[in-house]
Amino acid sequence: MSDEQNSVSDLLEDNQYKYGFTTDVESETFAKGLNEDVVRAISKKKNEPEFMLNFRLKAFAKWKTMKEPAWPNVHYPSIDFQNISYYSAPKKKKVLESLDEVDPEVMRTFEKLGIPLDEQKKLANVAVDAVFDSVSVATTHKKKLMEQGIIFCPISEALQDYPELVEEYLGTVVPVGDNYYAALNSAVFTDGSFVYIPPDTISPMEISTYFRINTEETGQFERTLIICAENSYVSYLEGCTAPQFDTNQLHAAVVELVTMDNAEIKYSTVQNWYAGDKETGKGGIYNFVTKRGKCAGDNSKISWTQVETGSAITWKYPSCILQGDNSSGEFYSVALTNGHMQADTGTKMIHIGKNTRSSIISKGISADHSSNSYRGQVRIGKNATNARNYSQCDSMLVGDKSSAHTFPYIETANSSVQVEHEAATSKISEDQLFYFESRGVSRENAIEAVISGFCKDVFKQLPMEFAVEAQKLLTLKLEDSVG
Amino acid sequence: MLEIKDLHAGVDGTEIVKGISLSVNKGEVHAIMGPNGSGKSTLAKILSGHPAYEATSGEIIFDGKNLLEMDAEERSLAGVFMGFQYPVEVPGVNNAEFLRMAHNARRVKAGEEEVDPLDFDELLSEKMKMLGMEKKYKERNLNDGFSGGEKKKNEILQMAILEPKLSLLDETDSGLDIDALRIVSEGVNKLRSENNALILITHYQRLLDYIKPDFVHVLSQGKIVKSGDKALAIELESQGYDWVTTAD
Repeated sequence: MSDEQNSVSDLLEDNQYKYGFTTDVESETFAKGLNEDVVRAISKKKNEPEFMLNFRLKAFAKWKTMKEPAWPNVHYPSIDFQNISYYSAPKKKKVLESLDEVDPEVMRTFEKLGIPLDEQKKLANVAVDAVFDSVSVATTHKKKLMEQGIIFCPISEALQDYPELVEEYLGTVVPVGDNYYAALNSAVFTDGSFVYIPPDTISPMEISTYFRINTEETGQFERTLIICAENSYVSYLEGCTAPQFDTNQLHAAVVELVTMDNAEIKYSTVQNWYAGDKETGKGGIYNFVTKRGKCAGDNSKISWTQVETGSAITWKYPSCILQGDNSSGEFYSVALTNGHMQADTGTKMIHIGKNTRSSIISKGISADHSSNSYRGQVRIGKNATNARNYSQCDSMLVGDKSSAHTFPYIETANSSVQVEHEAATSKISEDQLFYFESRGVSRENAIEAVISGFCKDVFKQLPMEFAVEAQKLLTLKLEDSVG
Repeated sequence: MLEIKDLHAGVDGTEIVKGISLSVNKGEVHAIMGPNGSGKSTLAKILSGHPAYEATSGEIIFDGKNLLEMDAEERSLAGVFMGFQYPVEVPGVNNAEFLRMAHNARRVKAGEEEVDPLDFDELLSEKMKMLGMEKKYKERNLNDGFSGGEKKKNEILQMAILEPKLSLLDETDSGLDIDALRIVSEGVNKLRSENNALILITHYQRLLDYIKPDFVHVLSQGKIVKSGDKALAIELESQGYDWVTTAD
């Protein structure tokens, strides 16, 4: 008996947010506040080409005329955008020749997070770009990818080395004035990842970016741009953690994906930002992210898979613009909220081309006092003959103080289309867990079995190691919320 | 094997079981009968370790261990099996996978290696064949959308996989038609042995036509008011519970 109790309490220990540490590195941080000079200073700091500065200034001008969106089903005190620092970088030289030059403290941070960047220890079949606060600190496997013509580098570096590629695609999927946070990001983003897969190329490995917010009162505004040319394929993974602060940090990222004819991008995220104190709801990340992919080419495909387990507030709708004929978009999501977390997440599928297809599988799990909303839009244009959509939105409630909401919007301007929507709500109950226990199965394994059963359709979309990790993460988070 | 001594128990502060003593040995089958509200299901809940039910005094000793100090998981691992009256549905969890988890939990406890799905499938197929169960029980999710009879059959399948020392079957006959009752009973009979014991908790004597008890106990107002052999059950059937409950 006592042995087992120990292991359960160990587990609960573990259940505390284990990425909540900060790293003591000397950083160069801009004074708080935002104005045109700050935007210019960021651009200058990064030694950017002219077009980039103009892009930023245009976005900033637009942002000033916009208002924070009030429609999401989330509540928070309004953000003082003048009380945020818009640039923070671990202090060090300009260009890193090798990983040896990365601050060892930063290296250790990623090591601690389970992301070894070290050339000897690096993850065998995953290329990683590690972003620490505002800048990319290391990118692994670059050379190997380059042998096949694949470009994988920080976007700041791409702006130096491949400015014409960036200029051609940046802002074509998410225009500078798309929404409040996207406009802000376009004005002040400091880094992120850039991926270009040339025609007829299957990426030989998973490509991934790992985001870490370290500094308190810094916003992280990263920008990711992935272009997959004709007949190519890439699978991209994104992971996120942040230290535990009492204050809220803003994460306003923009991710743009573009696929040409017959190309496919599979984008997977496991998001575990600090969610604030479980009891009081104090602190945590505001995750206001714009992710959108454009299937520009015929027969192309974009697939989003997300496992959202963190952030105080999540506001995020990975979307697909299905422009090419026969193109398809997929959205697989597991969003878990516990403590006082609030999530308003879902997707948009915009059907433009003929025979375009989309499918949406959303699984929301809400525990404790949290609120979990699915918001999805399926819009079918008048030329999208024979477009098809299938949506399934399931919610699972844990305990009796949490809430789940579903807001599906469907608009069709073409009569040949077929749209299906299914929704269901279930509960993980004390009786179910007792049933497992009375068969000798531990509570922990029981929760894992029920949750992974509920999330099966989404987890099977994730790369193997990610799926295992995601399952563990969910189980740990729910361990003390059930009963 | 099981020794219940002057057990008092209840739920939400209301005492329902008011001093039950019972001794069960290896190889024995005991039937506990009684009218509604006599304390049968409270006794079953207490034996299964249901957290909402509390024993206020008395003892339950199983294989020399104090059962009341063990939680449901530990009781199961120690060899106690509870066949529930209303098994819960668990959508999304495959039945075969659930059975494998339960089987492996036992193996881990015994210091043995877990079995993989392939090896487990062999064991499962063998047990299902013995019980005359269809393949669908492997493919479906745990009790999800099962009829009352299917749920009870699935309980017996779990019992077959877990090979408990002591099984308690709580109202296993309720909600079963005559064919299902026969199949379930035949299954239970096949699992009986010299080394295990069985407690049947039932309202009706018809189950006892299929599973022959060695002892019959009649429960009324939280106490055993009469004990006897199979003949007692038959007498109850013809005379009704009033015969024993108003005897004193």
